[in-house]
Amino acid sequence: MDTSQESKKQYEKMVETVSPNSPILKNCLRAFFSGGAICAFGEGLYLYYSTFSFAEKEVSLLVSITLIAISAVLTAFGIYPKLGKHCGAGTIVPITGFANSVASPAIEFKKEGMILGMGAKMFLVAGPVIVYGTLSSVLVGIVYYFLGR
Amino acid sequence: MELIKAFWVGGLICVIGQILLDKTKLTSARILVAFVCAGCILGGLGIYEPLKEFAGAGATVPLTGFGNNLAAGVKEEIDAIGWLGIFTGGLKSAAGGICAAVVAAFLAAVFAEPKGK
Repeated sequence: MDTSQESKKQYEKMVETVSPNSPILKNCLRAFFSGGAICAFGEGLYLYYSTFSFAEKEVSLLVSITLIAISAVLTAFGIYPKLGKHCGAGTIVPITGFANSVASPAIEFKKEGMILGMGAKMFLVAGPVIVYGTLSSVLVGIVYYFLGR
Repeated sequence: MELIKAFWVGGLICVIGQILLDKTKLTSARILVAFVCAGCILGGLGIYEPLKEFAGAGATVPLTGFGNNLAAGVKEEIDAIGWLGIFTGGLKSAAGGICAAVVAAFLAAVFAEPKGK
């Protein structure tokens, strides 16, 4: 126990010295500009799709689908992960990051088979997102049903 | 003008994620989960909708918007069909995004080869 505790401490020290002291302000600026750019692009798509005769909900869905498709293509060409290195949360938090989190393990685990490789690992990150999203929506639904109306 | 609003609101939401990433060492998966849940709760409380009105894609493109969608869907469904809407509303509203992500990821996996490591 003692030795493992000690080695853990040593390891933590090592990590601290090795990992670059991440300049938070710089990271935040990068996240701000990259994330903002993705959202502004989404807004541009929204304005563009609105010029056609779609209902508002259909436009939102089309914007999401477009961003997801673009993100999957960029992931397939290995571009999105490179962007991610520079942009941090700016490329994680938008829906493109969600799409990347689905596409990237799908590609990565293809070699383990189409069912238990690609099919299963696709939801490595998206799975928990959907699980906890669904649970929160049920919670919201229960509260809304009894108190909200 | 709409573009600028979307830019800075969306950018700020990403900055919150970046601060969490740097300060708490949360993994990106946890941040995605946290953002969806936060968006859903904020949507449930009716706080997210005004932000969406103001910022458009700045509020809907980040994953908090996905969460807000879940909440909006569940409310709508409850209004339409009653208590069973608690079960159907959330996933119904998320169906488009999830299905698009699955199809896009499948196609990406069929055509792309994993980068060697």
